[in-house]
Amino acid sequence: MTQKHEPGECRCSRGLTRRGFLSTVGAGVAVASAAGKLAAQPAASQGADVLPSAEMTPITLNINGRTHRLLVEPRWSLLFVLRERLGLTGTKVGCERGECGACTVLMDDLPRYACMTLAVEAQGSEITTLEGLMRGEELGGVQQAFVEEDAFQCGYCTPGQIMAVEGLLRAHPEPSQEEIQMGLSGNLCRCGAYVHIFKAAGRAAQLKRGQ
Amino acid sequence: MRLSKFDFHAPKTISEAIELLQSKGPDARLMAGGTDLLMKMKHGAVKPPCLISLKSVPGLNAIRFDESAGLTIGATALLSEVAEHPDILRHYPTVAQAARATANVQVRNMGTVVGNLCNASPAADNPPIHMAMRAVVLIEGPGGKRELPLDEFFRGPGVTALLPAEIVTGLRVPRMPVNAGTAYHSLSARGKLDCNAVGAAVMLTLKGKICEDVRLFISACGPTPLRGRKAEEMVRGKELTEEIAAKAGAEAAEESLPITDLRASADYRTEMVAVLTRRVLKEACQMALTSQPA
Repeated sequence: MTQKHEPGECRCSRGLTRRGFLSTVGAGVAVASAAGKLAAQPAASQGADVLPSAEMTPITLNINGRTHRLLVEPRWSLLFVLRERLGLTGTKVGCERGECGACTVLMDDLPRYACMTLAVEAQGSEITTLEGLMRGEELGGVQQAFVEEDAFQCGYCTPGQIMAVEGLLRAHPEPSQEEIQMGLSGNLCRCGAYVHIFKAAGRAAQLKRGQ
Repeated sequence: MRLSKFDFHAPKTISEAIELLQSKGPDARLMAGGTDLLMKMKHGAVKPPCLISLKSVPGLNAIRFDESAGLTIGATALLSEVAEHPDILRHYPTVAQAARATANVQVRNMGTVVGNLCNASPAADNPPIHMAMRAVVLIEGPGGKRELPLDEFFRGPGVTALLPAEIVTGLRVPRMPVNAGTAYHSLSARGKLDCNAVGAAVMLTLKGKICEDVRLFISACGPTPLRGRKAEEMVRGKELTEEIAAKAGAEAAEESLPITDLRASADYRTEMVAVLTRRVLKEACQMALTSQPA
């Protein structure tokens, strides 16, 4: 491999401020598509030659229907790559030890913790993040339900909660109350908005059925 | 929270994985779902220079059921796959229940049953029922293949009977005998989501109303899941009345070796061993009675 790459110089994240990034690209699919373009840049980046290429591995990730090719270290989590390499900051950093659920993403429709998934092992799966639930500039069904039911206070756990509900509804389109509670058992809400979150899950099932 | 650096290997065959384990030495770590190992690495408890993932070995995630051979769970079969597998739900309902009781949705979609065994936590959800059901660990290593009863597999917290460079490729669970029943119950502070404070599993075989055979295992009350031999003796050859179940519970509490830690006090554990033992015995007996031909 002849490509040289310096992670500190990667323009996917460090080259842009959060505010600048958001104001430039808006939200939703625009984020995904912009991230897609940015992701193509590492190969062309002119960063200093710090890490020997042998320590960086080229991988291909399929995220929200787009293919991303990038260089990673084996120790990088999917969470780190999503946020810091691809700018997909809808996936949140919480406990980073597989308990809180803030980093929940879908891999082949199954909710998983991105913090406990090595990026190199995420290859070959269809990865869906919060950004992938948008329908153009419109909110997806689960997102809409969370707004309608006021299913958050501080909102930090919300992306993870939404992804867990999305995963639940893909497997069980008409979940019982118990299935909803079990489906959200891997997501903590420090504000304790669980009652509204469970209601939102029920509402999301209705919205998905077109009701 | 970054992990320390490691070389990552994804062998395509078990023999390749064994060779890697041999060549990389004892510091190399084997990984299935990674839910235990990666957390230990994040805490800095272990810093393996080399990770060998088994996920790329084709077919290792298979779950097979055969009327005579029983159930085989591959090393990389997910907890969620075991919890929802139709044959397991039908023929091994308590095995499915224990898998479903492990952690939460996301972890069950990542972690594996065999990984839960190999992590050798005394509090793990899956070992007790598999031990009660006479499960056998399928092992491959430099010396070839061997099989080991699961109740000889655990040697201490985090310690197993595996020899250097050996790999657990799967778990075989024999079919439940005719007129047998199984049950598993556990208690934990956060309603089964977190690590267990105490657990009990049993397989019980009836002849008429008499308990012909019984295998009871208690978890989180000793360095490994413990067999309740005296409690079994109390039940064997008798009809499981309320009184016998209570006496067996008291024996199991006597036999257990609980410590006080952040999950529960030793006293609470001892009391709960008696309660859970009574409960699983009665439940398994009920299941065995209903499975008998009229």
